[in-house]
Amino acid sequence: MNIHRGLNCMDFDLTKEQKMIRDEVRRFAQKEIAPRAEEFERTGDYPYEIMEKMAELGLMGLPFPEEYGGMGGDWVSLHLVIEELSRADANFGAILDVTTSVVGQELFVFGTEDQKQKYLVPIARGEKIGAFGLTEPDSGSDAAALRTTAELQGEEWVLNGIKQFITNIGLNNASVVLVAARVKRDANGEIISTFIVPKDAPGFKLGEKYRKMAMHASATHEVILNNCRIPKDNLLGDPNRGFAQHLAVLETGRISIAAMAVGVAQACLEEALGWAQGRSQFGQPIFNFQAVQFKLADIAVAIELARNMYLKAAWLKDQGRKHAFEASAAKLYASEMAEKAASDALQIHGGYGFMEEYPVSRYYKGIKMLQIVEGTSEVQRMLIARSLSRGPRN
Amino acid sequence: MIYQLNNSQKEIQKAAKEFAKGEFDKDLAYELDKNQEFPEKIWKKAAELGFIGMCFPEKYSGGELDVLDNVLLAEEFCRKDSTIGSALMLSAFASECLLRFGSNEMKEKYLPRVAEGEMLSGVAYSEPETDAAFDSLKTTAVKDSNEWIINGEKSYVLNAGMAGFYCVLCQTNGDQGTSLILVESDREGISAVDKGEKLGLRMTATSDLKFENVKVPLEHLIGKEGNGRKQLQTVLDESCILIASLALGTAQGAFDRALDYVKQREQFGKKIVQFQVTQHKLADMATKIDQARAIIYGAARSFDAGKRDVKLACMAKLIACRAAVEVASEAIQLLGGYGYMTEYEIERFYRDAKNMEILGRAPANLRDIIAASVIGRIK
Repeated sequence: MNIHRGLNCMDFDLTKEQKMIRDEVRRFAQKEIAPRAEEFERTGDYPYEIMEKMAELGLMGLPFPEEYGGMGGDWVSLHLVIEELSRADANFGAILDVTTSVVGQELFVFGTEDQKQKYLVPIARGEKIGAFGLTEPDSGSDAAALRTTAELQGEEWVLNGIKQFITNIGLNNASVVLVAARVKRDANGEIISTFIVPKDAPGFKLGEKYRKMAMHASATHEVILNNCRIPKDNLLGDPNRGFAQHLAVLETGRISIAAMAVGVAQACLEEALGWAQGRSQFGQPIFNFQAVQFKLADIAVAIELARNMYLKAAWLKDQGRKHAFEASAAKLYASEMAEKAASDALQIHGGYGFMEEYPVSRYYKGIKMLQIVEGTSEVQRMLIARSLSRGPRN
Repeated sequence: MIYQLNNSQKEIQKAAKEFAKGEFDKDLAYELDKNQEFPEKIWKKAAELGFIGMCFPEKYSGGELDVLDNVLLAEEFCRKDSTIGSALMLSAFASECLLRFGSNEMKEKYLPRVAEGEMLSGVAYSEPETDAAFDSLKTTAVKDSNEWIINGEKSYVLNAGMAGFYCVLCQTNGDQGTSLILVESDREGISAVDKGEKLGLRMTATSDLKFENVKVPLEHLIGKEGNGRKQLQTVLDESCILIASLALGTAQGAFDRALDYVKQREQFGKKIVQFQVTQHKLADMATKIDQARAIIYGAARSFDAGKRDVKLACMAKLIACRAAVEVASEAIQLLGGYGYMTEYEIERFYRDAKNMEILGRAPANLRDIIAASVIGRIK
């Protein structure tokens, strides 16, 4: 019998390398991040020193080839890493999601050799952070309605518009934001192209920092492009397919959000289980109560399912196979089950749960964001339904 | 009107709405929530207008109004602002301990000051190791000539550090019984230990209280010696209706904001309210809210009629708090990215709703009571 481990047959084992990186990152995250997660969230200060360590471990460029500053790893590994980081603090999962899964990948897949050397390599090495510019004030779920424009004037593109809810662009080490904008073709109409917009370009203005419910260590800003001039060469990929490029990498972003949600839910389960075993009420540990046991059982089942979903989507991606449905399904399910996991974990803690001294209240606030970013739950359902209408998947 | 409010109830609803509209300020709410501060100025004004302690008898500066009136007030306040509304409505929390069981002297001395906005009230019953039946209290009150000497530690005391007095559940007579004892907050030996940052209801203080040889006169016993646990349960039963009403207002407020938004917001070339999914979400949200409202009003009426349907009160809290959490969550979802931003307030309603669910009687406790009531005696 010919068994291709991890290739074409049903095999739920991780490879040696995948296990190694997961275990290494778990140790790192539990030792260096978890004890300080409350502090990061409270102060809202971006933890640059942790970022440096993540870069040293090679996490920022994990799935990219070594020649571009990466580790030559696979997408399954990256997502195991995202789960482990998020289990300690979701802010760090968010960094890898935006910088690596989305921005890094878009540069890697669609960039020219020069663009990769100039922009991808520093990002993959963890020296720089990238940001993703799609959403606008009047264009959220309806991403195609974006209004930002780009016009070629001589050797430069001139961009005008507002990009909203841009994660990480406010950081000191943020270098570029990938901006989707409308370009007038001729009398016949417009196309959407994607541009690499350096933060120091003339006409680039960082708007105010948004005040959010949580995820404070992950800064979110508005970006204002007012006659923002960038070199002609900063057009990314096919000018006719800018929108499709942008959406293609968001597919991976969805797998990343699913992995984040699983990480946070796992942390909820551990906190709730530990609490249930340690806390006595009515003369016994509350774990002994069936009502508590069943809540924990349901959380564990949901995590198991969501983890398998994101791993399958990442694996399909590694195989070069279609995974749009799987990515959307994983994102939708994982972010919704995680809200319930956090809510129930908080409930098991009782009054202690809403004190920020206990991490569950932080998980609860953070998780809601995961149902919104990279396409809301509603958008995922739209995409899934649309894919159903196209006939059977396999 | 299915709720059959009479004219005086409608008047209260209207007055509460106008007050909240005039006084609850969004920017102020953001700051107070951020800094965990009590809305003192608004509270003083609310007291001046008679909104605090509205159910107290007139001789104690109350309005002698019904439980249902208080429900309407809580609902309107929280609808406008879940955090400010809760802080005001909870400012008189557990004054019922005095109102129902206290001596005339106590009532005369403290209730008017609560109603007039001079002091907050608090009740201290939970302990780090206690359970919902309060069977294993470590806080003790020992009689020493003409005084009680209180020692122990209470956790999660609402309004702690701010209240003028606390109704403290103490073990008296050794293991035999518990009693509620009134303790002024300025008695020597009391210290409040702040619990730090909270998820929601951040304008209402929550602290632990330590009692070290705190002495109060014997007359500070509330009600009957040995009846403390029973009296407290009675007050907690009643509080279910109040907290349910806070949740109801919170749910309604989140719903109002989401409805406004979906009617304005355009995506895919039309108002998002035109999408069937949005409409059905709104339908589900409204259904949950009205379900909660119906059961709360029912419970309040039963209390006003002297029937005290505790099961219904517990059901009201269970259903209303869940509705608030779910409606607020769905409201955030309808606003998408905006929903997660403080600017649109719903994120605060969402946090507050979750706190309300745990406040007072927690869901597991409510289910225990409801189950016991529907099961009856097992043969």
